[in-house]
Amino acid sequence: MNLFLQDRCLICHELIRPSISWRAMISVEKEHSICTACESKLEKIEGETCHICCRPFIYLDEKFRHGNLCNDCTRWEEDPEWQGFLDKNISLFLYNDFLKEVLAKFKYRGDYALVKVFSELMKDKLIKMEPDLFVPIPLSDERLYERGFNQAKAILLVSGFTPSEIITRIHTEKQSKKSRSERIHLPQVFKLCQDLNLKDKNIVIIDDIYTTGSTLRHAARLLKGAGAAAIQSLTIAR
Amino acid sequence: MRFTLRSQQLTPVKFPHEDSFRISQIPFIPQPLLNPDFPYNKDLQQLLTGKQLLLEDIPFPLNEIHTHYENGYITYRSGIQYKGKKPCCGRCGNKDPQWFSAYPCKRCGETCLYCRHCIMMGRISECTPLLGWNGPVPDTALPQKIMAWEGRLSEGQQVASDHVVNAIQQNKEHLVWAVCGAGKTEVLFAGIQDALADQKRICIATPRTDVVLELTPRLKAAFPEITIASLYGGSEDRHLFAPLTIATTHQLLRFYHAFDAIILDEVDAFPFTVEESLQYAAIQARKPNSAMIYLTATPNQKWQRECRTGKRAFTTIPARFHRHPLPVPEFIWCGNWQKQLHKNKLPPSILKWIKDRTVSNKQALLFFPHIPLMEKALPIVRGLALDTEAVHAEDPVRKEKVQKMRAKEIPLLLTTTILERGVTFPNIDVAVVGAEDDIFTESALVQIAGRAGRSKDHPGGIVTFFHYGKTEEMLKAKKQIVGMNREGIRKGLID
Ligand SMILES: [Zn+2]
Ligand SMILES: [Zn+2]
Ligand SMILES: [Zn+2]
Ligand SMILES: [Zn+2]
Repeated sequence: MNLFLQDRCLICHELIRPSISWRAMISVEKEHSICTACESKLEKIEGETCHICCRPFIYLDEKFRHGNLCNDCTRWEEDPEWQGFLDKNISLFLYNDFLKEVLAKFKYRGDYALVKVFSELMKDKLIKMEPDLFVPIPLSDERLYERGFNQAKAILLVSGFTPSEIITRIHTEKQSKKSRSERIHLPQVFKLCQDLNLKDKNIVIIDDIYTTGSTLRHAARLLKGAGAAAIQSLTIAR
Repeated sequence: MRFTLRSQQLTPVKFPHEDSFRISQIPFIPQPLLNPDFPYNKDLQQLLTGKQLLLEDIPFPLNEIHTHYENGYITYRSGIQYKGKKPCCGRCGNKDPQWFSAYPCKRCGETCLYCRHCIMMGRISECTPLLGWNGPVPDTALPQKIMAWEGRLSEGQQVASDHVVNAIQQNKEHLVWAVCGAGKTEVLFAGIQDALADQKRICIATPRTDVVLELTPRLKAAFPEITIASLYGGSEDRHLFAPLTIATTHQLLRFYHAFDAIILDEVDAFPFTVEESLQYAAIQARKPNSAMIYLTATPNQKWQRECRTGKRAFTTIPARFHRHPLPVPEFIWCGNWQKQLHKNKLPPSILKWIKDRTVSNKQALLFFPHIPLMEKALPIVRGLALDTEAVHAEDPVRKEKVQKMRAKEIPLLLTTTILERGVTFPNIDVAVVGAEDDIFTESALVQIAGRAGRSKDHPGGIVTFFHYGKTEEMLKAKKQIVGMNREGIRKGLID
């Protein structure tokens, strides 16, 4: 890549002022595709969080918390139909207005260049997780044609990992139009591509946002049904 | 998407195969002849006339759209065009490599270059066709009486109005250089009426959504029976075919060879870098043979020079509608005010200026170059006038504060350049703190000075530039204002 092309922030297009020092010039520095101003608008999820879904507890009223878990996760885990499928979700940033805007531009407007921003942010975590398979949440065929690419798969590819596209979507209707109970009680959203034996496999599912957790749990249930040992998920935002 | 090219016709194919092309790979796109017997879809005609849209923007099935192409009614253009090896966005004109990127595209099965510059209007990539209309233009029935406005123009306005009428009739370019408060909107009415009567399609374009929202009801009142499309990000008139369009300049990007006359309002409000893409948008949106009217209170140096040397046709309206001269800014040296501010102090000259206003109960606007400095000054000013407020572009309650100022609930309002134009308060004084800052260009300073003395009941108003060293821009701004007053007197437009 031409160095000249790298000096603008992928989000706001302002010039990125590199802190030029001899150290930076001889050591391999971490790539930066966004400026410090944009970086500072991303709010890292830190401190105590729900042990399953990564919801930060500082913003949560004590009465919605049950020990290590948030209210939602407690409900999922009390339901015999759903308990134990999703072992752990990790989300990197709070889904604040800024991230909402950037993610919308990436996903809905299809600004693929932003994949670099997200892969830079997720790479370290992806490396640490070391699963047997990385499974991106699939899009329906219509969505895929509309957007031109699958954002979760793109992040994996650009980060240097091989996506295992082993699940596909059955339902094409927009999820967001359904109520929580409708979403939870849908018989199945995904299906396995072929008869796979996932026995003892450790799997990490990749998605952009953790909203209610139902998408990820549907995928997790399917994968555990095929024998997977542990399911974690990694999302950019929650 | 991809097309096959057989017997001088394009056919879209759903799945990529080797015999198919992306539209950017087809050097000459065949255009079938217009079949006059084809029963074309009138809704499609309304939607597409004078436009350049993506398939996603058109709520009709592809086969219906393509049948219109086969019968000569719809045109396909390549979204990304190549000039030699260099890509250029067919919609926004972007040529800067930093504004292009590429992705593995599911639609064409290749790595697809796309324009990031105009992506908020839908992605244009190498496999994206831009669609236009090649059939007859929709009929518009004209009302008996086109214009309902019965106001009177000032002498200065009348001269400009006549020149606008002429320029539109003869498809020429004309600049109307009207001082703040001259009443430039009314200057357009006769030209618009004339053009509408000739079945012409007209557009008023401005960089700011605020202005679109402000102009729309005024034009609807002046032309009550004419369909007016009001276009800005998120507006509902997107698919409306109208003889008169009021749009943000950004929305012009969806038009192609649409208008017989474009009126560009506030041409000075564009940052310099935006100007080029704006020019492109305007050129695309106007018909090859059309008129272009520019409206501004403060043309840039280049345009001023072109006016002086006779290279640009222009009319000045050097005086305000109320026939009083423009307040001329006074310069007051205030020393290193930033240093003072860091010690939580303001220079005595500024403090005195503020005290004088509070004693005489006169409202005032104080302009600051940067938000942090303004915020540092706020508590000091509040020490003198308790209910003082400060606003800036990202202030969520900006509108409420302006409203409070208007209701006279705020004695002094501190502001960044966000209030330099558009907003008017009837009876205020104006000060600039740190007028030497780069952000205060000639044009910004003229606009700021133009906030004072707006109403006929209070035509006076003090304008003070506090500075730590006079700049060229300050001098030019003052010169421009003094020059306009002189011209106004000479032409008998000031009493
Ligand atoms: Zn940035
Ligand atoms: Zn939880
Ligand atoms: Zn573009
Ligand atoms: Zn493509």
